[in-house]
Amino acid sequence: MKITVDEAKCCGAGQCVLIAPEVFDQRDDDGIVVLLQPEPDEAQHAAVREAAAVCPAAAIDLSEHP
Amino acid sequence: MTSPGSILIVGASAAGLSTAEALRRHGYQGRLTFLDAEPHLPYDRPPLSKQLLSGAWEPPRVQLRGQAQLDALHAEFVLGEPAVALDPAERAVTTVSGRVLRGDVVVIATGLTPLRLPGQDHLEGVHVLRALDDALALRHALSAGTRLVVVGEGVLGAEIAATARTLNLEVTLAGMGGTLLNDQLGQVIGAMLAEKHAERGVRLRLGVAIEELTGAAGRVTGVRPASGEFLPADMVVVAIGSRPATGWLEGSGLPLGDGVECDSRCRAAEGVYAVGDVASFQHEGLGRRLRLENRTNATEQAQVVAANILGADRPYTPIPYFWTDQYDVKIQAHGLPSAAAKVTIADGDVAQGRFTALYQEGGQVTAVLGWNMPKQARLLRQQVLGAWQDTPRLATA
Ligand SMILES: Cc1cc2nc3c(=O)[nH]c(=O)nc-3n(C[C@H](O)[C@H](O)[C@H](O)COP(=O)(O)OP(=O)(O)OC[C@H]3O[C@@H](n4cnc5c(N)ncnc54)[C@H](O)[C@@H]3O)c2cc1C
Ligand code: SF4
Repeated sequence: MKITVDEAKCCGAGQCVLIAPEVFDQRDDDGIVVLLQPEPDEAQHAAVREAAAVCPAAAIDLSEHP
Repeated sequence: MTSPGSILIVGASAAGLSTAEALRRHGYQGRLTFLDAEPHLPYDRPPLSKQLLSGAWEPPRVQLRGQAQLDALHAEFVLGEPAVALDPAERAVTTVSGRVLRGDVVVIATGLTPLRLPGQDHLEGVHVLRALDDALALRHALSAGTRLVVVGEGVLGAEIAATARTLNLEVTLAGMGGTLLNDQLGQVIGAMLAEKHAERGVRLRLGVAIEELTGAAGRVTGVRPASGEFLPADMVVVAIGSRPATGWLEGSGLPLGDGVECDSRCRAAEGVYAVGDVASFQHEGLGRRLRLENRTNATEQAQVVAANILGADRPYTPIPYFWTDQYDVKIQAHGLPSAAAKVTIADGDVAQGRFTALYQEGGQVTAVLGWNMPKQARLLRQQVLGAWQDTPRLATA
């Protein structure tokens, strides 16, 4: 799995961080998403899929192909 | 419960689309059909009053998903066709052209309809903002005119005023509330926002009832508040609130109050669910009914609805969350801020334009607000509001 985030769309909601804190963080100054693991371990995949689904700005894109 | 064989989702926007995606993610393999009144594939609404209205983004940018992602859903989209009736027992939806669509499960995700002022439909130059086509029409009008009056001092009206000011229009913002966003965020924060707008050159007319739109030769010429003062305009935006889009459900026998009244599982009747802005649900954490009009609710509630359709029996107990962007201010609100709460600054500095604030009622923290401090507001939310949310996350459940 490969994650890309669109910083211009991100509204700093932090929903992704609540769901997958090992994969996502937010910048301290403006709250924009920081990708900690662009290619997360298998164990994180379910949480990452949920984070992408819940992101209110549709800013998280996943490509599931290895 | 066995998995349904077919699911019909009425309303192909944030809430409807998220429900479908969650269903597929959790292994649902049956038929999926979307029905929507609008001709567009699912798009996102928050940018309509911000990046799209300002011209920073063009319509393709607000699409919620690309074609490949939509294809992967294996869903049928019936677009440009409003639903006009639902038979809950048969789970049959009739469309305006007389077509009947059925599902083993029906999901109601029809959002809101903007309120209008009497007579506005007969005047050119009067706008509402809910859909992409509304936003494009308003954007075109803003590029052609010079004087805008926004009626409505809530979040939508304030965002439109801010965007129009950044486009250098003459903007008047008029509304009944004593300050901006008073109902949503209360007097303290509302007054700070009002100051921001005044600083940026918006003429504020607050605490006035708008009685009348004036027109000549079928075109709007201005607005006349109850105070008697005349506010001239080339175009007017009416942003005085919305009602749940439940007109098509009248006569269905479903409980309709402030929206489709669901239980704590977001279920309105056997095999009928509601999700997003249109859905009123019983919040078990708060012990009362709630209906939320925000973007995060649309996707979060969709996760629970999808799980329950597939047999999970899960209550929906969110910590509400919304954001608004106006000029260089990004506000994030977690919980239930209200005009009745006492507001104290928790962190940061008001003068510097970066702070977090706590809302308290009866000694309880009811909301956390960030003013250009999104991350800090989220961290604070976890400390003070965590107890509300006892829904286990889907990914770990
Ligand atoms: C301009 C604007 C700015 C916003 N900004 C923010 C923001 O900054 N932050 C935030 O948290 N929230 C914001 N929101 C709110 C957020 O967009 C909504 O909460 C969200 O769109 C709700 O999603 P929904 O799917 O429930 O409803 P909607 O997005 O309204 O979708 C409902 C769909 O149902 C369709 N429909 C309605 N009636 C029928 C019918 N009879 N038959 C068939 N289809 C029908 C409609 O065409 C529509 O596609 C904003 C909303 C608007 C309009
Ligand atoms: S959930 Fe989406 S909008 Fe929110 S911080 Fe993460 S990427 Fe940004």
